[in-house]
Amino acid sequence: MHMTIETRENGGAAEYTGGLGRFLVVYGCILVLAALQFVVAYSHVAGFQMFARMLAIGIAEAGLAIMFFMHVGSERRNFVTWLAVVVIFVLLALQYSWTDSYRMELGAPNSQYKTGSVQ
Amino acid sequence: MSQSDAAFDLHAPAVHARSSPFGIPTKKLAMWLFIIADAATFAGCLVAYGFLRNGTPNWPTPFKTPTVVNAGVMTFVLITSSLTILLGVRDAKLARKSQSLRWINITAVLGIIFAILHIREWFGMISEGVTLAHNPWGSALFGSAFFSITGLHLTHVAGGVVALLAVGWRYRGGRYNSDDIEILGLYWHFVDLVWMFVVPFVYLMNVAH
Repeated sequence: MHMTIETRENGGAAEYTGGLGRFLVVYGCILVLAALQFVVAYSHVAGFQMFARMLAIGIAEAGLAIMFFMHVGSERRNFVTWLAVVVIFVLLALQYSWTDSYRMELGAPNSQYKTGSVQ
Repeated sequence: MSQSDAAFDLHAPAVHARSSPFGIPTKKLAMWLFIIADAATFAGCLVAYGFLRNGTPNWPTPFKTPTVVNAGVMTFVLITSSLTILLGVRDAKLARKSQSLRWINITAVLGIIFAILHIREWFGMISEGVTLAHNPWGSALFGSAFFSITGLHLTHVAGGVVALLAVGWRYRGGRYNSDDIEILGLYWHFVDLVWMFVVPFVYLMNVAH
Protein backbone atom coordinates (compact mmCIF):
# COMPACT_ATOMS: atom_id res chain seq x y z
CA MET A 1 0.00 0.00 0.00
CA HIS A 2 2.83 2.34 0.89
CA MET A 3 4.55 1.62 -2.46
CA THR A 4 1.35 2.42 -4.35
CA ILE A 5 1.06 5.83 -2.70
CA GLU A 6 4.75 6.59 -3.27
CA THR A 7 4.51 5.71 -6.94
CA ARG A 8 1.52 7.98 -7.45
CA GLU A 9 3.20 10.83 -5.62
CA ASN A 10 6.30 10.51 -7.77
CA GLY A 11 4.20 11.30 -10.81
CA GLY A 12 4.00 7.82 -12.27
CA ALA A 13 7.74 7.31 -12.41
CA ALA A 14 7.28 3.55 -12.06
CA GLU A 15 6.12 3.47 -15.70
CA TYR A 16 9.77 3.73 -16.73
CA THR A 17 10.35 0.18 -15.54
CA GLY A 18 7.81 -1.31 -17.96
CA GLY A 19 8.63 -3.63 -20.86
CA LEU A 20 11.09 -2.67 -23.57
CA GLY A 21 8.76 -3.68 -26.38
CA ARG A 22 6.52 -0.63 -26.11
CA PHE A 23 9.48 1.76 -26.20
CA LEU A 24 10.91 0.03 -29.27
CA VAL A 25 7.56 0.19 -31.06
CA VAL A 26 7.25 3.92 -30.30
CA TYR A 27 10.85 4.45 -31.44
CA GLY A 28 10.07 2.65 -34.70
CA CYS A 29 6.90 4.68 -35.24
CA ILE A 30 8.76 7.96 -34.71
CA LEU A 31 11.47 6.89 -37.18
CA VAL A 32 8.84 5.98 -39.77
CA LEU A 33 7.06 9.31 -39.30
CA ALA A 34 10.38 11.17 -39.61
CA ALA A 35 11.11 9.28 -42.84
CA LEU A 36 7.64 10.22 -44.07
CA GLN A 37 8.52 13.91 -43.73
CA PHE A 38 11.44 13.36 -46.11
CA VAL A 39 9.09 11.65 -48.58
CA VAL A 40 6.69 14.61 -48.38
CA ALA A 41 9.58 16.99 -49.06
CA TYR A 42 10.11 15.38 -52.50
CA SER A 43 6.43 14.90 -53.31
CA HIS A 44 6.08 18.18 -55.27
CA VAL A 45 2.97 19.34 -53.41
CA ALA A 46 2.12 23.05 -53.15
CA GLY A 47 3.53 25.20 -50.35
CA PHE A 48 0.62 25.26 -47.92
CA GLN A 49 -0.22 21.60 -48.54
CA MET A 50 3.37 20.66 -47.77
CA PHE A 51 3.36 22.82 -44.63
CA ALA A 52 0.12 21.22 -43.42
CA ARG A 53 1.46 17.70 -43.98
CA MET A 54 4.80 18.45 -42.33
CA LEU A 55 3.01 20.00 -39.35
CA ALA A 56 0.61 17.06 -38.98
CA ILE A 57 3.45 14.52 -39.06
CA GLY A 58 5.53 16.63 -36.67
CA ILE A 59 2.63 16.82 -34.20
CA ALA A 60 2.16 13.04 -34.43
CA GLU A 61 5.89 12.48 -33.74
CA ALA A 62 5.91 14.96 -30.87
CA GLY A 63 2.75 13.43 -29.43
CA LEU A 64 4.32 9.97 -29.32
CA ALA A 65 7.50 11.35 -27.75
CA ILE A 66 5.57 13.35 -25.13
CA MET A 67 3.18 10.56 -24.20
CA PHE A 68 5.59 7.61 -24.13
CA PHE A 69 9.19 8.89 -23.94
CA MET A 70 8.42 11.78 -21.56
CA HIS A 71 5.73 9.71 -19.84
CA VAL A 72 3.13 12.45 -19.74
CA GLY A 73 0.56 9.70 -20.26
CA SER A 74 1.28 8.37 -16.78
CA GLU A 75 1.46 11.72 -14.99
CA ARG A 76 -1.32 13.06 -12.78
CA ARG A 77 -4.34 14.24 -14.72
CA ASN A 78 -4.44 17.73 -13.17
CA PHE A 79 -0.79 18.26 -14.14
CA VAL A 80 -1.40 17.10 -17.71
CA THR A 81 -4.44 19.40 -17.99
CA TRP A 82 -2.44 22.37 -16.72
CA LEU A 83 0.42 21.55 -19.09
CA ALA A 84 -1.88 21.26 -22.10
CA VAL A 85 -3.77 24.49 -21.34
CA VAL A 86 -0.60 26.55 -20.91
CA VAL A 87 1.19 25.17 -23.98
CA ILE A 88 -1.82 25.40 -26.28
CA PHE A 89 -2.55 28.96 -25.15
CA VAL A 90 1.03 30.05 -25.81
CA LEU A 91 1.14 28.36 -29.21
CA LEU A 92 -2.15 29.94 -30.26
CA ALA A 93 -1.08 33.36 -28.99
CA LEU A 94 1.95 33.23 -31.29
CA GLN A 95 -0.26 33.04 -34.37
CA TYR A 96 -1.67 36.59 -34.19
CA SER A 97 0.80 38.19 -36.60
CA TRP A 98 0.30 36.04 -39.70
CA THR A 99 -1.98 38.62 -41.27
CA ASP A 100 0.94 41.04 -41.34
CA SER A 101 3.10 38.55 -43.21
CA TYR A 102 0.35 38.23 -45.82
CA ARG A 103 0.31 42.02 -46.07
CA MET A 104 4.04 42.02 -46.79
CA GLU A 105 3.70 39.21 -49.31
CA LEU A 106 1.10 41.20 -51.21
CA GLY A 107 3.53 44.11 -51.46
CA ALA A 108 1.87 46.72 -49.30
CA PRO A 109 3.72 50.08 -49.05
CA ASN A 110 6.95 49.99 -47.02
CA SER A 111 6.73 46.24 -46.63
CA GLN A 112 9.29 44.99 -49.19
CA TYR A 113 12.48 43.29 -48.01
CA LYS A 114 15.70 44.16 -49.78
CA THR A 115 17.68 41.22 -51.12
CA GLY A 116 21.36 40.31 -50.85
CA SER A 117 22.20 41.71 -47.43
CA VAL A 118 20.53 43.08 -44.33
CA GLN A 119 20.12 46.85 -44.70
CA MET B 1 17.22 14.38 11.27
CA SER B 2 15.38 17.22 12.95
CA GLN B 3 11.82 18.13 12.08
CA SER B 4 12.98 21.24 10.22
CA ASP B 5 15.49 19.19 8.17
CA ALA B 6 12.77 16.73 7.29
CA ALA B 7 10.62 19.58 5.98
CA PHE B 8 13.31 20.38 3.38
CA ASP B 9 14.06 16.79 2.36
CA LEU B 10 12.72 16.87 -1.19
CA HIS B 11 13.21 13.15 -1.69
CA ALA B 12 10.66 12.34 0.99
CA PRO B 13 7.41 11.34 -0.79
CA ALA B 14 5.21 12.73 1.96
CA VAL B 15 6.75 16.17 1.49
CA HIS B 16 6.12 16.11 -2.29
CA ALA B 17 2.41 15.87 -1.79
CA ARG B 18 2.30 18.83 0.60
CA SER B 19 4.89 21.23 -0.82
CA SER B 20 4.87 20.77 -4.59
CA PRO B 21 2.00 21.64 -6.96
CA PHE B 22 0.39 18.64 -8.68
CA GLY B 23 2.19 16.29 -6.26
CA ILE B 24 5.25 16.20 -8.54
CA PRO B 25 8.78 16.29 -7.11
CA THR B 26 10.03 19.90 -7.08
CA LYS B 27 13.02 19.36 -9.39
CA LYS B 28 10.86 17.54 -11.92
CA LEU B 29 8.28 20.33 -11.88
CA ALA B 30 11.07 22.88 -12.35
CA MET B 31 12.25 20.97 -15.42
CA TRP B 32 8.71 20.94 -16.81
CA LEU B 33 8.44 24.70 -16.27
CA PHE B 34 11.73 25.15 -18.08
CA ILE B 35 10.51 22.94 -20.93
CA ILE B 36 7.30 24.98 -21.26
CA ALA B 37 9.28 28.24 -21.37
CA ASP B 38 11.77 26.79 -23.84
CA ALA B 39 8.98 25.40 -26.01
CA ALA B 40 7.55 28.92 -26.19
CA THR B 41 11.01 30.22 -27.19
CA PHE B 42 11.40 27.69 -30.00
CA ALA B 43 7.79 28.13 -31.09
CA GLY B 44 8.38 31.90 -31.22
CA CYS B 45 11.47 31.39 -33.36
CA LEU B 46 9.71 29.00 -35.74
CA VAL B 47 6.65 31.24 -36.06
CA ALA B 48 8.91 34.25 -36.71
CA TYR B 49 10.73 32.16 -39.32
CA GLY B 50 7.41 31.27 -40.97
CA PHE B 51 6.38 34.92 -40.81
CA LEU B 52 9.57 35.99 -42.62
CA ARG B 53 9.41 33.13 -45.11
CA ASN B 54 5.81 33.85 -45.95
CA GLY B 55 6.43 37.58 -46.34
CA THR B 56 9.61 37.32 -48.44
CA PRO B 57 8.96 36.82 -52.17
CA ASN B 58 12.46 35.56 -53.10
CA TRP B 59 12.90 33.06 -50.31
CA PRO B 60 15.50 30.51 -51.53
CA THR B 61 15.11 26.73 -51.56
CA PRO B 62 18.79 25.78 -51.79
CA PHE B 63 19.11 22.42 -50.02
CA LYS B 64 20.32 19.64 -52.31
CA THR B 65 20.54 15.90 -51.68
CA PRO B 66 23.77 15.89 -49.59
CA THR B 67 22.28 18.39 -47.11
CA VAL B 68 19.01 16.43 -46.95
CA VAL B 69 20.89 13.15 -46.39
CA ASN B 70 22.93 14.83 -43.65
CA ALA B 71 19.70 16.09 -42.01
CA GLY B 72 18.30 12.55 -42.23
CA VAL B 73 21.34 11.06 -40.50
CA MET B 74 21.19 13.77 -37.82
CA THR B 75 17.50 13.00 -37.28
CA PHE B 76 18.20 9.28 -36.95
CA VAL B 77 21.02 9.94 -34.47
CA LEU B 78 18.89 12.25 -32.31
CA ILE B 79 15.81 9.98 -32.25
CA THR B 80 18.05 7.03 -31.38
CA SER B 81 19.61 9.06 -28.57
CA SER B 82 16.09 9.55 -27.16
CA LEU B 83 15.75 5.77 -26.98
CA THR B 84 19.15 5.33 -25.33
CA ILE B 85 18.45 7.93 -22.62
CA LEU B 86 15.09 6.24 -22.05
CA LEU B 87 16.93 2.96 -21.48
CA GLY B 88 19.30 4.81 -19.15
CA VAL B 89 16.37 6.10 -17.08
CA ARG B 90 14.79 2.65 -17.07
CA ASP B 91 17.97 1.02 -15.77
CA ALA B 92 18.37 3.77 -13.17
CA LYS B 93 14.83 3.14 -11.92
CA LEU B 94 15.62 -0.58 -11.75
CA ALA B 95 18.73 0.26 -9.67
CA ARG B 96 21.10 -1.02 -12.40
CA LYS B 97 23.61 1.79 -12.10
CA SER B 98 26.37 0.52 -14.39
CA GLN B 99 23.94 -0.24 -17.23
CA SER B 100 22.29 3.14 -16.75
CA LEU B 101 25.66 4.92 -16.93
CA ARG B 102 26.50 3.02 -20.10
CA TRP B 103 23.29 4.24 -21.79
CA ILE B 104 23.87 7.80 -20.56
CA ASN B 105 27.38 7.75 -22.04
CA ILE B 106 26.08 6.33 -25.33
CA THR B 107 23.51 9.15 -25.41
CA ALA B 108 26.29 11.72 -24.86
CA VAL B 109 28.31 10.19 -27.71
CA LEU B 110 25.26 10.37 -30.01
CA GLY B 111 24.80 14.02 -28.99
CA ILE B 112 28.43 14.72 -29.90
CA ILE B 113 28.01 12.98 -33.27
CA PHE B 114 24.93 15.12 -33.93
CA ALA B 115 26.84 18.30 -33.05
CA ILE B 116 29.79 17.35 -35.30
CA LEU B 117 27.47 16.67 -38.25
CA HIS B 118 25.71 19.97 -37.63
CA ILE B 119 28.90 22.03 -37.38
CA ARG B 120 30.29 20.38 -40.52
CA GLU B 121 27.14 21.41 -42.38
CA TRP B 122 27.42 24.95 -41.02
CA PHE B 123 30.98 25.27 -42.30
CA GLY B 124 29.82 24.00 -45.71
CA MET B 125 27.15 26.70 -45.90
CA ILE B 126 29.49 29.42 -44.67
CA SER B 127 32.01 28.43 -47.36
CA GLU B 128 29.25 28.95 -49.95
CA GLY B 129 28.75 32.51 -48.67
CA VAL B 130 25.78 32.11 -46.34
CA THR B 131 26.15 34.10 -43.11
CA LEU B 132 23.84 35.86 -40.69
CA ALA B 133 23.75 38.92 -42.94
CA HIS B 134 24.41 37.53 -46.46
CA ASN B 135 22.92 34.91 -48.70
CA PRO B 136 24.01 34.37 -52.32
CA TRP B 137 20.73 32.66 -53.24
CA GLY B 138 18.28 35.45 -52.37
CA SER B 139 16.94 37.02 -49.21
CA ALA B 140 19.58 37.61 -46.53
CA LEU B 141 16.94 36.73 -43.96
CA PHE B 142 17.37 33.08 -44.95
CA GLY B 143 20.84 32.96 -43.40
CA SER B 144 19.67 34.84 -40.32
CA ALA B 145 16.74 32.50 -39.76
CA PHE B 146 18.69 29.31 -40.52
CA PHE B 147 21.65 30.02 -38.26
CA SER B 148 19.48 31.46 -35.47
CA ILE B 149 17.12 28.49 -35.22
CA THR B 150 19.64 25.71 -35.79
CA GLY B 151 22.16 27.53 -33.57
CA LEU B 152 19.66 27.74 -30.73
CA HIS B 153 18.97 24.03 -31.08
CA LEU B 154 22.66 23.16 -31.32
CA THR B 155 23.25 25.15 -28.12
CA HIS B 156 20.64 22.99 -26.41
CA VAL B 157 22.31 19.81 -27.68
CA ALA B 158 25.73 21.00 -26.48
CA GLY B 159 24.27 21.93 -23.09
CA GLY B 160 22.55 18.55 -22.97
CA VAL B 161 25.80 16.69 -23.61
CA VAL B 162 27.46 18.61 -20.77
CA ALA B 163 24.47 17.83 -18.54
CA LEU B 164 24.60 14.13 -19.48
CA LEU B 165 28.26 13.92 -18.53
CA ALA B 166 27.90 16.00 -15.34
CA VAL B 167 24.76 14.29 -14.05
CA GLY B 168 26.15 10.89 -15.02
CA TRP B 169 29.34 11.67 -13.10
CA ARG B 170 27.42 12.65 -9.99
CA TYR B 171 25.11 9.65 -10.35
CA ARG B 172 28.18 7.42 -10.48
CA GLY B 173 29.46 9.05 -7.27
CA GLY B 174 26.12 8.64 -5.52
CA ARG B 175 25.28 12.35 -5.22
CA TYR B 176 22.41 12.05 -7.72
CA ASN B 177 19.78 9.34 -7.89
CA SER B 178 17.40 7.85 -10.45
CA ASP B 179 15.00 10.82 -10.14
CA ASP B 180 17.79 13.11 -11.39
CA ILE B 181 18.39 10.81 -14.35
CA GLU B 182 14.67 10.93 -15.12
CA ILE B 183 14.73 14.76 -15.10
CA LEU B 184 17.79 14.73 -17.36
CA GLY B 185 15.90 12.41 -19.69
CA LEU B 186 13.00 14.88 -19.90
CA TYR B 187 15.37 17.59 -21.10
CA TRP B 188 16.97 15.34 -23.69
CA HIS B 189 13.61 14.19 -25.05
CA PHE B 190 12.60 17.84 -25.38
CA VAL B 191 15.71 18.58 -27.45
CA ASP B 192 14.74 15.67 -29.71
CA LEU B 193 11.14 16.90 -29.88
CA VAL B 194 12.18 20.38 -31.06
CA TRP B 195 14.24 18.82 -33.85
CA MET B 196 11.07 17.11 -35.13
CA PHE B 197 9.82 20.58 -36.11
CA VAL B 198 13.13 22.19 -37.09
CA VAL B 199 13.87 19.54 -39.74
CA PRO B 200 10.63 19.82 -41.73
CA PHE B 201 10.29 23.61 -41.57
CA VAL B 202 13.90 24.76 -41.83
CA TYR B 203 15.37 21.98 -43.98
CA LEU B 204 12.73 19.99 -45.85
CA MET B 205 10.56 22.92 -46.93
CA ASN B 206 13.67 24.48 -48.47
CA VAL B 207 14.67 21.50 -50.60
CA ALA B 208 15.73 22.32 -54.16
CA HIS B 209 13.53 20.59 -56.76
